[in-house]
Amino acid sequence: MTAQHTRTHSIDVSSILQGQKNTDQPLEPCIKVENLNLFYAQKQALHGVSMEMPKKKVTAYIGPSGCGKSTLLRCINRMNDLVDNVTIEGRVLLHDENIYDKSVNVAALRRRIGMVFQKPNPFPKSIFENVTYGLRIQGINDKRILEETVENSLRGAALWDEVKDRLNDNALGLSGGQQQRLVIARAIAIEPEVLLLDEPASALDPISTLKIEELINELKEKYTIVIVTHNMQQAARVSDYTAFMYMGELIEMGTTSELFTNPRKKQTEDYITGRYG
Amino acid sequence: MITTWFKSGTPWVWLNAAAVSACLIMVIGVLGLIVVRGVGHFWPSEIVQFTYQEEDGQIKTLIGEHVDTSITPAEMAKSTGHIMAEDEDTLVQYLLKTGNRDVTRNDFRWILERNVKQHQTPPELMVVERREWGNFYGRLLAVKENGTIIAEGADAWPLAQSRIEDALAVFSEIAHLEKKEVGAINYRLEQLRLEQKKLQLEKRWDAAAEQRLAVERAELEVTYKKYQAQLTELYQKIRRDSLLAQTGSGQEVQIPLAKIVRVFQPNTMGLFDKIGHYGIKLVEFLSEDPREANTEGGIFPAIFGTVMMVIMMSIIVTPFGVIAAVYLREYAKQGFITRLIRIAVNNLAGVPSIVYGVFGLGFFVYILGGNIDQLFFPEAAPAPVYGTPGLLWASITLALLTLPVVIVSTEEGLARIPKSIREGSLALGATKLETLWLTVLPMASPAMMTGLILAVARAAGEVAPLMLVGVVKMAPTLPLDGNYPFLHLDRKFMHLGFHIYDVGFQSPNVEAARPLVYATSLLLVLVIVGLNLSAILIRNHLREKYRALEG
Ligand SMILES: Nc1ncnc2c1ncn2[C@@H]1O[C@H](COP(=O)(O)OP(=O)(O)OP(=O)(O)O)[C@@H](O)[C@H]1O
Ligand SMILES: [Mg+2]
Repeated sequence: MTAQHTRTHSIDVSSILQGQKNTDQPLEPCIKVENLNLFYAQKQALHGVSMEMPKKKVTAYIGPSGCGKSTLLRCINRMNDLVDNVTIEGRVLLHDENIYDKSVNVAALRRRIGMVFQKPNPFPKSIFENVTYGLRIQGINDKRILEETVENSLRGAALWDEVKDRLNDNALGLSGGQQQRLVIARAIAIEPEVLLLDEPASALDPISTLKIEELINELKEKYTIVIVTHNMQQAARVSDYTAFMYMGELIEMGTTSELFTNPRKKQTEDYITGRYG
Repeated sequence: MITTWFKSGTPWVWLNAAAVSACLIMVIGVLGLIVVRGVGHFWPSEIVQFTYQEEDGQIKTLIGEHVDTSITPAEMAKSTGHIMAEDEDTLVQYLLKTGNRDVTRNDFRWILERNVKQHQTPPELMVVERREWGNFYGRLLAVKENGTIIAEGADAWPLAQSRIEDALAVFSEIAHLEKKEVGAINYRLEQLRLEQKKLQLEKRWDAAAEQRLAVERAELEVTYKKYQAQLTELYQKIRRDSLLAQTGSGQEVQIPLAKIVRVFQPNTMGLFDKIGHYGIKLVEFLSEDPREANTEGGIFPAIFGTVMMVIMMSIIVTPFGVIAAVYLREYAKQGFITRLIRIAVNNLAGVPSIVYGVFGLGFFVYILGGNIDQLFFPEAAPAPVYGTPGLLWASITLALLTLPVVIVSTEEGLARIPKSIREGSLALGATKLETLWLTVLPMASPAMMTGLILAVARAAGEVAPLMLVGVVKMAPTLPLDGNYPFLHLDRKFMHLGFHIYDVGFQSPNVEAARPLVYATSLLLVLVIVGLNLSAILIRNHLREKYRALEG
């Protein structure tokens, strides 16, 4: 989304939010980030970020491009470990357990924290194989279980009706929106606790975007969801909490309605009203 | 004007086009030459009877195939000692394949066109392809049975045909018995001898073992006797008949049927007969063993050896190259050392192949093979088993030679796999190994196949190192046969490339062998194309399957 785009629509945000019900249940934090600093070689990309993401809620990260949203998200399932020369300081707790502890089995951790990337990245295998990939890695080869999971996950990702007749076709033959829903299905097939979505709708048309947003609304019944988005209305529509980041720092975090209607910081206000380039 | 022409880029386009055309012309030229020369070899050409006046005035009758014509300018002819008349500008010479090496000592000769008094193509002239002494050209006089004439004149030809057919049947029976049955017995006997020696070396040679081996030997002996009797009978049968024939100069020659491969009268053959004959010769070329110091017969063992060696090489080089590339690209910490290794690998690709041959001989054959012999085959000493050039060492040497291309292309393939795919797999809880195994390697498989294609193309055409590590002029047995353990990696083998060299340059009869060189070259090219084509088909299939994501 360009800044232009954001500006023209930013007025609508509060009206969207008014429709949202404000349930005040006691919150149980699922993920806690404590004083996280991250360096790509010499360059610091995150500056002392601390935040809590409540269980079975949707938390959105917003902020201008390059501010470190993806970087922070990727810290939660240790995806940044794959980057060369990266240094990470601080802690990320999943249910009070530091995921950066030496004893943590990263592969097992990633099974609990699923991730969907900005660009759909299905494997060049059949749709069926894509969805069952995670299960097969866990050694589950029972055909009945696999078939059941495929159907449930694809239904969960609102893709079942479109692909049920061609499960053995190559996943690369699907449209971009279908591919994105497929990778979501792939992620929920292994039943993680947390789902990290990095701009899941950025490459999609409005209808696919809508489907994905509906999907997120359904998925939060079962999963804790963290979503990165550039689209402020999207953040307003789907999230319960919003964090605004700027230049690697967490500027402000709060319930979505509060952050959009009554930002505490000037920077946040400037951003959500579209005064940033 | 001219500068704008230059600036327009037209000359550059022309230059490129010219370079491409030059390449194409060269490729087509090479292929065209070997196709034309190689394909024509099996066509039955007509036999001409020349009435020829030798330089000393004597009139002779020569019979043979007209193979080649050479036209020399008068000046040059004079300088090589020919006497030229005033009005002659050129000296025209014919190369005749006159055959009959047993009578005339050589089967080719040049004649001068001006001395040819007459030439005809009488229908009764025949060609006899023999197992010894090359072709015979002449006329059939009679068919003999046990030394007495049973048919003469017009009756002789049909009878000769049917008798030869019978004789060929007997011959193939003999060949089968000797090679397969008796060969197997000899193989078993040799195994028993080795077993006995092994037991003796291990100090386990006792009465029981002796008895057991003796029983087995006796059994083999009995079967051998049986085959021996059969063979004697067959030999008697095949030696019974012979042909009586006459050469151009009137000399009478007796040709035993046992030595005859086929007879035919090319001057009476119609187009379809000739096509049939061509087909038969082609099948013989592809499926039979060579005869007469490789200059006649087929080249099946060489085809088999080449294909076998290439397949073995592929089986060895692929896992090694892939594992090395995976380590270099996926596991090793990128830096000075990996750069150094890459440079070394690339340079390895530039080392002359004969150096690999020397290395293979010195390291694989003598050191590795020698040690294997000492450790596992002490009973065979002093005869080496693996301590001598053979199929295994040749395959390994060529695998080493082609390792760099496999490593380089696999690495390129691995590098091309988008990071997003790896991350997708890791994010689902796969370990690095699982990601590699389930996703990255299958996606890189087309690149591995590309490497293998290059490796095959290089390996199939290599000759120099093979001469040191396993190829021979004439291998008595194929590396794959019916005797346990079926695949004999220690055996020496024949190879098309070496066959070309051997036939073309080492043969006593270069003239006769030349068409064969072209035919064999053509076949070598076809074999390589075939091997490559199958690899390319597999690769395209894989590409289709793992149609890579862009970006
Ligand atoms: N692998 C990397 N190596 C070095 N620097 C990186 C790497 N990944 C990201 N960065 C830098 O870290 C900063 C944060 O990047 P990040 O991808 O988190 O931004 P983002 O907020 O997700 O932006 P966008 O909205 O454009 O996706 C950027 O300045 C970026 O250049
Ligand atoms: Mg990002």
